[in-house]
Amino acid sequence: MDYGDSPEEGAFRDRLRRWLTEDRSWSSASSTDDEYWTRQASWHTALFEAGFFALAWPKKWGGQELHHTFEVIVDEELARAGAPPKPSLGYLIQGISRFGSEELCDRFIPGLISGRDRWRQGFSEPDAGSDLASLQTTAVLDGDEYVIEGHKIWTSYSDVAEWCLLLARTDPDVPKHRGLSVFAIPMNQSGIEQRPLRMINGVSNEFGQVTFDGARVTAENLIGEPGQGWALAMTIVAFERQPAELGYVARYAKTVSELEGDVRSDPDSTRREIAEHIAWAHVQSEMLRLHVCRRLSERLDDPDGGVHGSIDKLLMTWTEQSVGQAARHAAGSATSQAGGDSRLGTYLYSRSQSVMGGTSQIQKNIIATRVLGLPSN
Amino acid sequence: MDTRLSSEQQALVDVARRLTERLGPDGVVSLDDDDRVARLDQATTEAGWRRLRDDDGDGRPLASGVEAGIVASALGQALGDTALFGPLLAADLLRRVGIDAPGAFTVALVPELSSLAVADAGRLPAAVAVDALGATSALALLPDDGGFALAAVPIAGTERSFDLTRWVSSIPAGTELEEIAGSRTLTGDDILEVEAFALSLASADLVGIMRGALELTVDYAKSRQQFETPIGAFQAVQHLLAEAKTLLEGSISVSQHASWAVDALDAGEAREAAAVAKAYCARAAIEVCEVAVQVHGGYGNTWECMAHVYLRRALLSVSLFGDDGVQLAFLAARRMGV
Repeated sequence: MDYGDSPEEGAFRDRLRRWLTEDRSWSSASSTDDEYWTRQASWHTALFEAGFFALAWPKKWGGQELHHTFEVIVDEELARAGAPPKPSLGYLIQGISRFGSEELCDRFIPGLISGRDRWRQGFSEPDAGSDLASLQTTAVLDGDEYVIEGHKIWTSYSDVAEWCLLLARTDPDVPKHRGLSVFAIPMNQSGIEQRPLRMINGVSNEFGQVTFDGARVTAENLIGEPGQGWALAMTIVAFERQPAELGYVARYAKTVSELEGDVRSDPDSTRREIAEHIAWAHVQSEMLRLHVCRRLSERLDDPDGGVHGSIDKLLMTWTEQSVGQAARHAAGSATSQAGGDSRLGTYLYSRSQSVMGGTSQIQKNIIATRVLGLPSN
Repeated sequence: MDTRLSSEQQALVDVARRLTERLGPDGVVSLDDDDRVARLDQATTEAGWRRLRDDDGDGRPLASGVEAGIVASALGQALGDTALFGPLLAADLLRRVGIDAPGAFTVALVPELSSLAVADAGRLPAAVAVDALGATSALALLPDDGGFALAAVPIAGTERSFDLTRWVSSIPAGTELEEIAGSRTLTGDDILEVEAFALSLASADLVGIMRGALELTVDYAKSRQQFETPIGAFQAVQHLLAEAKTLLEGSISVSQHASWAVDALDAGEAREAAAVAKAYCARAAIEVCEVAVQVHGGYGNTWECMAHVYLRRALLSVSLFGDDGVQLAFLAARRMGV
């Protein structure tokens, strides 16, 4: 058991630390701010070009062929420097690479990794949230193209994406889980209308809604086989639930360190219980960092990561919401100001973590039945 | 970085689990089975588990904090009613002052159990010898020229504590101390490192307690029927158990790191890692044990059900070297100057 750096990891960490000191083109915005989403593309490109993105993927796709544990170093160093977290895309690659043909992977994954192409995920619908398999967006074959009709929601990077990984119903005559397929559909075409969604903290650049009305996608862009959509979507969702894929550890550590810094600069005017809320957020954020170290090490034995996704999602949610609570306590009287301050934004944003990527209630159902082996109800 | 257990460490996990499961109590009645307690004590001695922090001949411990944590966790899981924490800490202290004194030692703590007892003007204030089964004396600190020397106080008889699986002995104020003539004194860093080790052991014990309590409770939820249905099929019960399982997994992650940090990081970093682990495991363990009592329903509130034995052991381990509140205050002072 060793949490320390190997010589190779140490050299990588030094190189990243130097780069973060020398190249100060990044802004310190977090993904909870609109500014982050505006600059996300250039941050992604900068990280990729310097060799600090998509570390575990094959070189032919633009990856580095390093072990997943190097991702922990990136998260730690970004947080230490106060830099924004890395873009969360790994789970899309996990899904496409496991189901797509080699030709399809070679075509799509390099652009996804380098940041040349922006991707979004089109799974949820207004009437299909926790019960995702009941979705109603249809894909009907017309010649060698599918025609798409329907309405998607919670599509991220809404206004800039070139591609959407779309989950749609290709067969209405089989049980709901079996009639779904996944497509890579180009977003720049008529028949697709996008609208941003404004979240409770005021941010409107992260999520959107999309209407498909006669949009078309070539049958060549079907990922996997027709009817494999549910398995593909569940693979993506399982990885999307893993903090190791998302890089949020860096975001939590950065927020905690900012809250600690505020107290340190004026400890005498800080009430003890506020400092203890922040200390608890530090405990949670450290727990998640160490938990990611453990899970990524386990991938040396089991690349698929087992059935732990829902446990890890719940731990991530509790961490984010502890950090949110600490920010709320620290913000104190900022509630009397019209716009509040960024700490209140952090708190409000944290409430969504127990919903997006699958609600905490759904995660607990999965843990109870599939991990603990309790009977289904 | 590779946080997996080595094959030797994994083998120790298996051996420790087998031995403690075989010789630990299998019900509340068996807590009073003196023959069984004696057999567990003898097996623990023969396994050498209380000697893991003895001097290896070069001033280093025979085994790392990780091995000690593995054994502590196995004892917690099996509610192993024998001494480990006290003798291991005593050995760690003795090694640091350069003494090879294989005696039946444990440690003396302040009455709140949050730190080692310290003599004042040559006399020991009221203190508690914890984990004192089989011990004949307890170690306390004696201020000495900016550092600390060790002193021993005799133990006059032990009794089972509120935690039914461990024994304590009260040390009245003014009890005479016998200084132990070591070749070195303890520095501030030594104290931080000893505290880090103590907290890592208590955290590992709490992880074991959570494992044991959860296993007991999941089994019960699968077999106990109400409304002609196993209660574990009801979502309200499932969510309690799912939360408990998640708390256990988070606790494993912080506890393993703290055990590793004992020998791998410098004193201050190891002490911070230990505070993180103890604060997290303390809150998690109380929650998990309370869920165990709740899911067992009326039976869970009877003496006969093992759930309260886990909760009682958790309460003692939570107190050892400071509960979650004490650890958060430590982190606030160290990281924010509050």
